[in-house]
Amino acid sequence: MFGYYVKLALRSLRRNPGISALMVMAIALGIAVCVMTLTVYHGMSSNPIWWKNDRLYAITLDSWDAEEPANEERPELPPPQLTYRDAEAVTSTAIAARSVRMMRTGGVLSSAEAASDVLPERALLRVTTAGFFGMFDVPFAHGGGWQAAADTGPEPVIVLSKAMNEHFFAGANSVGRTLRWNDREFRVVGVLEDWHPSPKFYDLNNGSFDDPEDAYVPFGWLPALELDSVGNTNCWKPEQRESYLDFLNSECVWVQAWVELPDAATRVRMQEYLDGYVNEQRSSGRFARPDNNRLTPVDQWLADNDVVRNDNRMLVAMAFAFLSVCLINTVGLLLAKFLGGATITGIRRALGASRRQIFLQLLTEAGMLAAVGATAGLVLASLGLLGLRAMYATGSSGFRTVMYIDVWSVAMAVALAVVSALAAGLYPAWRVGRLAPAVYLKS
Amino acid sequence: MLAMRHISKVFRTELIETHALRDFSLDVASGEFVAVTGPSGSGKTTFLNVAGLLETFDTGRYELDGVDVNGLSDDTRSRLRNEKIGFIFQSFNLIPDLDIFDNVDVPLRYRRMKAAERKERITSALDIVGLGSRAHHMPSQLSGGQQQRVAIARAIAGDPKFLLADEPTGNLDSLMARQVMDLLEQINEMGTTIVLVTHDPELARRAHRNVQVIDGQVSDYKPYEPREPQVMASAAMA
Repeated sequence: MFGYYVKLALRSLRRNPGISALMVMAIALGIAVCVMTLTVYHGMSSNPIWWKNDRLYAITLDSWDAEEPANEERPELPPPQLTYRDAEAVTSTAIAARSVRMMRTGGVLSSAEAASDVLPERALLRVTTAGFFGMFDVPFAHGGGWQAAADTGPEPVIVLSKAMNEHFFAGANSVGRTLRWNDREFRVVGVLEDWHPSPKFYDLNNGSFDDPEDAYVPFGWLPALELDSVGNTNCWKPEQRESYLDFLNSECVWVQAWVELPDAATRVRMQEYLDGYVNEQRSSGRFARPDNNRLTPVDQWLADNDVVRNDNRMLVAMAFAFLSVCLINTVGLLLAKFLGGATITGIRRALGASRRQIFLQLLTEAGMLAAVGATAGLVLASLGLLGLRAMYATGSSGFRTVMYIDVWSVAMAVALAVVSALAAGLYPAWRVGRLAPAVYLKS
Repeated sequence: MLAMRHISKVFRTELIETHALRDFSLDVASGEFVAVTGPSGSGKTTFLNVAGLLETFDTGRYELDGVDVNGLSDDTRSRLRNEKIGFIFQSFNLIPDLDIFDNVDVPLRYRRMKAAERKERITSALDIVGLGSRAHHMPSQLSGGQQQRVAIARAIAGDPKFLLADEPTGNLDSLMARQVMDLLEQINEMGTTIVLVTHDPELARRAHRNVQVIDGQVSDYKPYEPREPQVMASAAMA
């Protein structure tokens, strides 16, 4: 019978093309807005390295002022970054399978080996330890990261992003070639594939959806070149900071630290190590606040840092409210259409159709409207996201990386179509199915 | 075929109660052709709707082909209606955006017949009413008489035991009305029981017997007397 219902639905939709188009448009608009907001929301709230959620942990310690928390709005949280010396200490233990400490800096990259028309480029660089690439599963197009020894040297080696390699070497394998960072030559040891973890979970300080850095250099260059952070540096303690060494030894937090812990036992050992380290530091007058030494998995890290803000959630709620309004309009139009066809329904009832069969027939029609509406909505959503991507095409914001229709978006559109068909079709189909056929047969 | 005993049907609004049928009793034997007559508002149509299982009744007992219909579910009533009853309406009630073939197909669809059997039945029914060549015309392309013949084809395609005709000639001129009545007589001769509701005394006279309904009751009951076959053998079609 389903085939027959589909045939009748198509005929009915063709009978009133104007009303049918209006209903499809209403459903399409509602679904498009929902799919757009949900796609962005899903992209923003997703864990870009979910397969390592039970292995990767951000380290935070509460070295802040005894009198007030680091974050007044979330007093339970320690500062999101570490002091330089704490980062050094907690990532120097051999407990973790991998440890990374890092910060972001800037500078100008140039190359004497590049074509003559290639200009120097202002760039953001991640100053990090060797474990970064393996810990975060960073994909390489050419070469690889550097050895741990290069961190302490430090060795003048550099890893380029795909875009920076395109800029200086036209996308060729540039491993072994040299690049100048400010006034110092660096040897290229690796070139990344396209890599846009979104959100940029490993450093959420300056825009959770910013693009990753243009290049990566060993952490040892931080003290060697007395690098400034191009990121957040937060200090609470009035202290003498006349030299760079003073800054490194200060209570300012500006370095991120991550560890990879393969199992629960290692995690327990790492936690004990952190607690022990903080206790030891207390003997020298530091860490006046209660113990708050955290190993935070990526999911929780994203939540703690409010990657998905309340206004995003509000936007999703508003999108669903809009869909509801569209569906209420569709219910009205469907009801009018079905009631307008009550004589035909009466004839069908007289000829042997049961209420259930009439209900299913009309629900099929609503379902087909919703299916067409969902398809149109998906197309509209794609166009909308295309427009949004164009708005974010320039600048370092990585919002555009979450604005793609994917399998999840299509699944969401299908789910919304089913909900729409039920929401818009149930009442009109039920109502018309209950009409006394005899009343309409005389008309 | 049809046995109604002490049927009552009351329509209620907030202000008034209308007793459409009261203590209504009627028997129609298998193969009969019964004309139900009566003034407007006498309850003829309500009787037809109750008989056709389109409406329920308040009290009494109704057996259709030996089945007590009281308390049956909508699904069962619909199946009974589909299998045992064919309807012919004054205003034809063809579905305007289906062609003739698909209109006749409607009751067969709800019986879940295979396509080949449906096609055979539809072709046969259209041949009986003389419209086999018009299967893919739309209703609007046919005259009133032809539309009513399509409605008759639709009513008999499922081979029901019982035809309910509500003023089937009411919208037709006298020539077409006569043709439709000839056709109904022909169908009755094939063994189908027919109950015809009409205002027209001339049409009523062509039935085996007349039943007059006044104020929701059968007032003029005439017992069933089978007629000689030659009297009815006039079913030539135009």
